Amino acid sequence: MLGRLTIDAIPLYSWVAMGGAAVTVGGGLAVFLLITYLRAWKMLWRDWLTSVDHKKIGIMYVVLALVMLVRGFIDALMMRAQQAISLNNEGYLPPEHFEQIFSSHGTIMIFFVAMPFLTGLINIIVPQQIGARDVAFPFLNSVSLWMTAAGAALVLISLAVGKFSTAGWTGYPPYSGVEYSPGVGVDYWIWALLVSGIGSTLSGINFIVTIVKNRCPGMHLMRMPMFTWTTLCISILMAFAFPALTVVAAQLALDRTLGFHFFTNEAGGNMMMFANLLWIWGHPEVYILILPAFGIFSEVVATFSRKRLFGYESLVYATACIAILSFTVWLHHFFTMGSSANVNAVFGIATMIIAVPTGVKIFDWLFTMYRGRIEFHPSMVYTIGFMVTFVIGGVTGVLLALPPADYLMHNSTFLVAHFHNMLIPGALFGYFAGLNYWFPKAFGFKLDAKWGIRSFWFWMVGFYLAFMPLYALGFMGMSRRMEHYADPSWQPFLIVAALGAVCVLCGIICIGIQLYVSIKTWGSSADVTGDPWNGRTLEWATSSPPAPYNFAVLPEVRDIDAFHEMKLRGTAYTPPDRYEDIVMPKSTGLGPILGGLAFVLGFSMVWYIWWLAALCFVLSLVCVGIRACDDDTDFVMPAAEVEKIERARLARITPSNMHDMRPFVPKGAASGLPMPGGAA
Amino acid sequence: MTEQTERDLTSYLTGFALALVLTAIPFGLVWAELLSGPAIYVVIGIAAVLQVLVHLVFFLHLNLKSTPVENLFFLGFAAVLIVIMVGGSLWIMIDLHHRMM
Amino acid sequence: MSSAMITPAGGAREALEHEEKKSLEAREFGFWIYLMTDAVLFALLFATYAVLAGNFADGPTSKELFDLGHVAGETALLLLSSLTFGFATLAMGEDRAGRVIQWLALTLVLGVCFLAMEMVEFYGMIEKGAGPDVSGFLSAFFALVGTHGLHVAFGAIGICVMIGQVMVKGLTLPVRSRLIRLGLFWHFLDIVWIGIFSVVYLPGVM
Repeated sequence: MLGRLTIDAIPLYSWVAMGGAAVTVGGGLAVFLLITYLRAWKMLWRDWLTSVDHKKIGIMYVVLALVMLVRGFIDALMMRAQQAISLNNEGYLPPEHFEQIFSSHGTIMIFFVAMPFLTGLINIIVPQQIGARDVAFPFLNSVSLWMTAAGAALVLISLAVGKFSTAGWTGYPPYSGVEYSPGVGVDYWIWALLVSGIGSTLSGINFIVTIVKNRCPGMHLMRMPMFTWTTLCISILMAFAFPALTVVAAQLALDRTLGFHFFTNEAGGNMMMFANLLWIWGHPEVYILILPAFGIFSEVVATFSRKRLFGYESLVYATACIAILSFTVWLHHFFTMGSSANVNAVFGIATMIIAVPTGVKIFDWLFTMYRGRIEFHPSMVYTIGFMVTFVIGGVTGVLLALPPADYLMHNSTFLVAHFHNMLIPGALFGYFAGLNYWFPKAFGFKLDAKWGIRSFWFWMVGFYLAFMPLYALGFMGMSRRMEHYADPSWQPFLIVAALGAVCVLCGIICIGIQLYVSIKTWGSSADVTGDPWNGRTLEWATSSPPAPYNFAVLPEVRDIDAFHEMKLRGTAYTPPDRYEDIVMPKSTGLGPILGGLAFVLGFSMVWYIWWLAALCFVLSLVCVGIRACDDDTDFVMPAAEVEKIERARLARITPSNMHDMRPFVPKGAASGLPMPGGAA
Repeated sequence: MTEQTERDLTSYLTGFALALVLTAIPFGLVWAELLSGPAIYVVIGIAAVLQVLVHLVFFLHLNLKSTPVENLFFLGFAAVLIVIMVGGSLWIMIDLHHRMM
Repeated sequence: MSSAMITPAGGAREALEHEEKKSLEAREFGFWIYLMTDAVLFALLFATYAVLAGNFADGPTSKELFDLGHVAGETALLLLSSLTFGFATLAMGEDRAGRVIQWLALTLVLGVCFLAMEMVEFYGMIEKGAGPDVSGFLSAFFALVGTHGLHVAFGAIGICVMIGQVMVKGLTLPVRSRLIRLGLFWHFLDIVWIGIFSVVYLPGVM
């Protein structure tokens, strides 16, 4: 009846694990009780969970990402604490538990922090940047969100029921095979990936179609904002790379559950094929995480330098190059597998080539700042911190791209330092910059700048403290994922790294305080015009937060910096001659229902509760069938209502709160001939 | 029957006939064991690629004029990716196999 | 673009119709991309098969298991079903709902026959002691051919749903769009099958 689910699944084996379970369950219970106490269930269901509005879906994605960031970071803190003290002793974490923690840290940070964070920001902003009223498939968008949430829920529940994988976030067989990992851990990992992977594939398709088909008049491809361009590129990567993850995870599941022999040691399996297939997905995934952040940096650097983005076209081509090249380098993740020199050399060279377009981008951003009027807004500060730090990660990456060097560094902490050096500044700083930059667009008031700057400095210093020692430790021969060690010369470095993690903790607390302070004083930092930073792209043309339809009348675009040009022309806030009826998608509960079914399906597959899995599968098919027969998915918002909303908005915008658009002439040391496209 | 339908009907029937021939050739060759060695694989491969093209043109009605550019772009992109992924995987795995023998 | 085309007075229905057309166009494009991603998925299953094809371990070889006549039969059924689906599309172009249903029903029968033949093949193999848990080769075989079969099964369910929709709703705009997309899916599966007999069965019996 319940498969292999018994009372033993409760983690009584260690007090730390029990504590984790208690915090997870207690946290869930507290949220449940709070919502019940506020009598907010109905409102939550009607206005949020069932919503297909891209802005609300985006906000829910970001909330999911922030919650999971805390969980993933606690894992990191625990690992740093363990390694700081476990010289010649067991520390406070038993090996079995330590392994679960590094596995869940990686899985959570990639799949349930970075992915939802970037998907959320894209959801909130991209339709507005291209002058659209929604994404191409609003319902599919909701399904994607709930699939991702279902995957995250599977990882979370593994804390309280059973164990998580101990095979690392990449789960290589034969260790992740049923022979060496007979428990449920790897199955949790597989099903979390499979379920959220479906969500990501659908998101990818959705945004390709949105950007290709829903652009407003005049917005041809070479006028799309950089963030939209990077989104288009990563949507293509998502749609075309995630099938590889689906294939490899499904094959491992078949191996484990039905005794197939894809990756087993005996009966003609080939475990190297796992690494091959995993990284066919895995390398594009790296760029899926980083390119949107590059897009955010491009927007931020132009806005806060008060200049047009330098080398827009080169940035577009660099992005497209990176996207395509990302499919040609996957072998560099397993140089040491033993391929011949020819194979390793080809993939090594391809890897080094990727550094070229990335370098182009860095110079474009630097030249955008050159002789601009830089404003040190938190998002700009994150951008500058990124540029400085990311280059170091890039250099160590080129080093690792040399197969002979990689043989020395493979799976050492040098590698750990390298990829954190790419993903923390390259992805996370970008998302934080995006959070600070677009928060007023989503909520109608600005985030507190002071706490934003503080969180940046804690993150920045914490990052260097935590990961520079790991570079050194890699050279000293420390391999990754060590529960304890015997070399006393490593310990000082590991203690510094642990201090770095504490510093990052302060950074995360600062973000929490920033949110709290901003919400508490939101009235004084309200964004009345919808354009708090004198922005250049179309998302600033809507109100903050935008009306459900974003644009009452679809804008006409004449320039790359479309909204900037409208402000210069004085047409940014002109009311249209007449308003029109607007077609809007209806909310539907099918999204969360499908997500719930996917969660139960995954859970029952993990625990071999076959009848429940079959039932959920059939019910999911029924849900899809119901949707496939539904012709009445839209409703019309009458022109009169649109007019009412728009009039109220335009009445708030007075000349006194509009931006000064007069040209700026540099003075003093920076003076001279104005640059072409200069600080206007 | 309108002109358009008639044209489409011809298209389906032509496609069907071509597909039939392109299926019969490799099946026949293998059945009768007429060819051996690498030649037979080449014939099977060519017949398969041709038949895929026949299906795309006559059943899915792809052409360079009326099919939207973006559809063709993604078809081409998928084809390139498939070549990279499958070709790369086979190269890597065969190379490895060779070295382990 | 919509601003010029929609008159505000009493234009609600018009707005909905306009939006519907636009949205159906987007769906056809989106479905095309989905098919391309599915092609990548199959390509990787093919790659896995190619890597594992020679790993018979102690199990039976492909030559002992594959029956060329059986495969020819399956191929014929699928190819024929592609043609009949094409005829259904033609009937749709002529607004003959009854004909559409007839051709769809015939396609469904052919598809189900194909699935039945595949089942017979699979069961026969498993009874002979050649299940997917015997060797790497058989795992890859069952995964690849089985995934294709699963797709055909979903296609068959889709045909059932669409027969129902044509009966109840007639050939409305959304129904037509769904039929076109289902047709793409069905033809796509036939293309995958070309790969399967060319990569799996024909080299397998040599």
